Formats: sequence, structure tokens, C-alpha cells
Amino acid sequence: MMRAAVRTAVASNGSVDDGGPAIATVGLTKRYGDTIAVDSLDLEVGRGEVFGLLGPNGAGKTTTILMLLGLTSPTAGRALVNGLDPTRDPLAVKARVGYLPDEVGFYDDLTARENLRYTATLNRLPRRVADDRIDRVLADVGLGGDAERRVGSFSRGMKQRLGVADALVKEPSVLILDEPTVNIDPEGVRELLLLVERLRSDQGVTVLLSSHLLHQVQQVCDRIGIFVQGRLRACGTVDELAASVDDRWVFDVGVGGVDQAGSLLHDVRGVDAVERSEGRWVLHADRDVREGVHAAVVDAGGHLTHLSRRGADLDAIYHRYFADEEDAVGRGSSDDGGDKAGRAPSASGVGGAR
Amino acid sequence: MSTIDAIEASAAPSHARRFRGGWRIVAHKEFTDHVRSFRFVLLVALVSLAGLASVNSAAGPIREAADAASQTPSIFLYLFTISPQRVPAFHEFLGILGPLLGIAFGFDAVNGERSQGTLPRLVSQPIHRDEIVNGKFVAGISAIALALAVVMAIVGGYGALRLGVGPTVTDFTRAVAFYVVAVVYISLWLALAILLSVVSRRAATAALAALAIWLALTLFGGLIAGVIADAVHGVDTDSTTEQVLDNARLELNIRRFSPDQLYRDATGVLLNPARQTTGLVLIERPGALPSELSLTDSLLLAWWQLVALVGGTVVMFAGAYLWFMRQEVRA
Repeated sequence: MMRAAVRTAVASNGSVDDGGPAIATVGLTKRYGDTIAVDSLDLEVGRGEVFGLLGPNGAGKTTTILMLLGLTSPTAGRALVNGLDPTRDPLAVKARVGYLPDEVGFYDDLTARENLRYTATLNRLPRRVADDRIDRVLADVGLGGDAERRVGSFSRGMKQRLGVADALVKEPSVLILDEPTVNIDPEGVRELLLLVERLRSDQGVTVLLSSHLLHQVQQVCDRIGIFVQGRLRACGTVDELAASVDDRWVFDVGVGGVDQAGSLLHDVRGVDAVERSEGRWVLHADRDVREGVHAAVVDAGGHLTHLSRRGADLDAIYHRYFADEEDAVGRGSSDDGGDKAGRAPSASGVGGAR
Repeated sequence: MSTIDAIEASAAPSHARRFRGGWRIVAHKEFTDHVRSFRFVLLVALVSLAGLASVNSAAGPIREAADAASQTPSIFLYLFTISPQRVPAFHEFLGILGPLLGIAFGFDAVNGERSQGTLPRLVSQPIHRDEIVNGKFVAGISAIALALAVVMAIVGGYGALRLGVGPTVTDFTRAVAFYVVAVVYISLWLALAILLSVVSRRAATAALAALAIWLALTLFGGLIAGVIADAVHGVDTDSTTEQVLDNARLELNIRRFSPDQLYRDATGVLLNPARQTTGLVLIERPGALPSELSLTDSLLLAWWQLVALVGGTVVMFAGAYLWFMRQEVRA
């Protein structure tokens, strides 16, 4: 499917610079000895798209990013960024890609401006152009007044924002942010996401951002790829992903006028489990039980104060995929007893209930 | 042609030419950092003070000797070679302190970038990866060259004032040759320090390892060479002159595995036109005419020492280069 999409993009546009994918990978694989960090990744990110690479720590997100930048070479498969192979043409790729590394650092003895000026010089920007841009990007990330301060005196959040500014100095067409929201306070996260949206809408910048914190990124991402243990488990818009996992039936029920509501609801046909949560009942079922619940409550002489089905949000998707993974790991590694394997499905159930 | 190749073929050509010479940018930044650093000022002050002390104590005897024999050639160079009392001569001081200079400018070159978290940012800019380590090496050599030039200007200037005699043209060219050899010698230690900064993830470990190697070679190297020489060519009170010489020659040759000895050999010849060998100097050497060598002849005498010093520097740097290129960006 991915290959077909790549083909279409080429056929319809001819030149990649006219709108081919900003990032395309085919069978991209990285092995370190026996461990596979990234396993045959097929990914495509269109121009001007904001793509969220979501996964737990150690899932291979950073390794993927390093391969996209040509900083580590793939064991197999290929990647193209702006139509260029980062392994063969690293400089041309790096000239157009802004990168905010995980745990970004700066020269503490230099000022914010001096740090960014070094980056600008490495990108061969003339001094005057560089100074204008530095002023602008520092203002963009809210550090306009701190340009002449030594970075050593910056807080971690300020350094993180300076890292974003640093990635923007070269006016990239592709921006790769590795865990950009770590170390920033909630207000900072909001500003950062607004900045990402502004970059996309004003300058058409393609953004690839990796995160393990999904609430923070879901609002800004056009599409999301869920990355677990080196593999892309799912990929699509939030709605598409929600639809793909929406095979569970979970209901919130509020009941009035009935004493034994818990057991009453449990006896409704199709209900597997009943939990009490924040003054309401949460029903897990294998089908749509709303009619049955209504009938049972009314028959018992009570009334419903609330009855709704829970939609699968991104959180549920995330937990669903990670719980599956735990499940697989549990089964794979515990031949000695049913303990772990027995717990894994229940973990999955908890994940689904949230 | 597969589809991904088609995308690539249609992409804009690379701008390889635009991004040439990235090492110069790295070197410029690093050099500026070095020169502005407290480290630089401290080292220049330390070496200058040592130099002034030795020149000061050398100047007195030189004046007396010069009064007695006004025809003595290259009086000025004696400033760097004569060591009365207990103060080592300037070139010996530099043999000891030089490694410190090299280590100081290199021990945190690469691991410092790592621990500060600046390495991933640096390698993601449009420069080749080797330009980082090349630039740092060039910056280190430049900083050393500048530091040493300042020191020699201070020490030489003070010496000339104390002595009342300026350098002749020959003195000056020999002093420059000495300067170049000293820079190469210190660069060897710089290359070793950079190698250690690539290998060791922690700057403190790299610094300690470099200092340990320095101490081992300069302090214990001589002891070990002596022990081996005694084991091979034992000497006692009954030994012939020839046996004693064999012992001494072997010891010297073993010592030449240390850059310290190579530096002593080379600078000894370059600073003293009357010296006709890098080997043992016998007080009564039959056939040796009391004459002066030209600078070219002195250079030829020291040729293998110079080759070994440059070669050692190249080997150390190549080690650092290759190791750095093979290293993963992530710690």
C-alpha cells in the first residue's frame, strides 16, 4: 500500500520538490547485533504534514530519526528525505532538515545568540541573514529577551525552547522533533504546539515529531504512527485509528432508584464486567447492551440518569497496542508458569477500560 | 527502477560544493573558545613563569662566559639550553610541561560535546562528520602554536634584555626550528588526548588516562629503560668502557620510544650548533672537530627524531579519527 502511494506521488508530480513525500522509507531496518531496533519500516509523510511518531521509550523512534538524518546507516531498506538519500547525500539532507535531538544541549559558556550563530555559520548563512533569523526564531520560541544571556543560566525548559529555535535557524523544509515536550511545563507545551501549527500553516513545513506522551501531541498531528519494538503497529489519523480498535463495547451508566444496581446490571445479557467509577457504573460488554440495560433498570423500578457508549480515544488506541505487545512479550518469555501470561490479558482489559 | 529510486532520481541535485570546508568553521569556533578560556591564560602564564625562571638563572653564567670568551657562537641560544643550579633549562621545562599543554587542549574535545549534549546538534548540521574531529585538531594545534609563540616571545625578549644581546639571524632561525619541533611534540600529546576523548565517555577519565601515560613515559620510562639496559648489558666496576657504552646506548634507544626523548634529541641538536650527534656526547671524542653545524646539518641529524614525532602524531590522530567515525552518535 505504501509503495503504491509512493508510486502515485511520483507519477502525478514527476518532481519530488513539487509535492512528493517529504519523508519516505521502504523496508527501513536497523539491527544492533541480535537486537532489531527498527524492523522493516514503511512510512510516508507528505509535504506540509504533521506526523506523530508515537511509542514507548526504546521503541526505535530515535534510531529511525537518526537514519532519516544520515547519522546512522540502515542495515537494510532505504529512506528518502526531500527525495534525497540521507546515507548517500547527508549534507544536502541535513541542510534542509531541522533537528531537535532528545536531551538537547548547548555550549554553556556561550550566549543563546552565539550558540545559534554557530549553527547558522555551519549552515553557511551570511552573518547579516543569520542575525535577522536568530532574532526572529528566538522571538518565536519566547526567548527574545534572553539572546545575550549565557545558556549555562537557562532552565531546562528554556534550553528545550532554544533547541527548537536552533532547529529553525536554517529555515528547514522538514522539522524533526525528538520528544520535544519533555522538560517543558504545560504552558510551554501549548506554545510549542501552537508554533508547530503556525510553521505548518505559514511556511508549509513538514513536521515529524516523536513522543511517548500522546495527549500532548494528538491535537497537533495530522496522522499518527504507533511504533512498538521497532515496528509500526498502526498508522493513520486519530479517527482512523479509533475506528480500527473500536471493537470493544464500554458504557457509562448512571442509575437511580435501584438498590442492587451492580448485580442488576451484571445480569443483563451480554455484560462481562461491571465496575464502579466516580459515581457511575462502567459496563464492559461483548455487544450493544443499551436496550437491555434500559429494560432491566426500568423493570426494577428505577430510572437511568446516564447511558452512553465510550468512544475509543487515542489513549485507548495507545494502550491497546502497547497492551498487546506486553501480552506477546509475556507469552513469549514465561514458559515456566501461567502467572505472567495470565496477567497479560487482564492488563489488556484494564487498558481497554480506560 | 523501483519507485523509491524514481523519487530520488527526480529530486534536486545535491549542493555538495556549497558545503565545503566545514572543518574551518569548527576550527574557528574551537580556537576562539580555547583562546578565550581561562585554561589558555593559565597555561601561558605557567609555562612563561617556568621559562622566565630558567632564563633568568641562565643569563648570569652566560654573561660571565661571554665576557671571558667573546667569540662564543650563538650566545643567545644558550638561554634555552644552559641549566645552572637546579633550575632546568627552558627546552627541558618545555619537554615536561609541553604534554600538559597538549592534554589540556584535547582531553575533553569530543566527550565534552557528548556530555553537554551538543554532539547530536553538531552532527545534524551540513558538515561531514570527520570535519568535527579535524577542526578540533587544527584548533588545538593553532592554540598551542599561539600559546608557545607568546611564551617564547616573553621568555626570549626577557632573555635578550637580561643578556644585552639580541639573537643573530642564525639564532633566530634555529629558535624557529626549535619552536616548530616543540609544536609538533605538543601536538602529539594533543592527538593522544583527543583520541582518549573519543574513547572515553567522561572527560575526567580521559584527562587522568592522558596524565598517567605522560607520567609513565617521562618519569618511569627512564627507570624502565635503565632496568632493561642493565639486564641486557650488565655493568659493574670491572666493565670495560665499551660495555658501559653498550649499556648507555641501549638505554637511550629504549628511551626513544617515548616522545619525550625524541623531543630532547631533536631540540638538543637544533639549539646547539656545536652538537654533532643526537646520541651520547662523549667529553673526549676522537675525530670530532670543534666546529659549528649549519641548520640543515642539524636538521639532518635530528631527521629520524622529527619523522618519529610527526609519525606518532599522525598515528594518534588517525586512531582518534577512525574511532570517532565508527562511533554511534548516541551515547
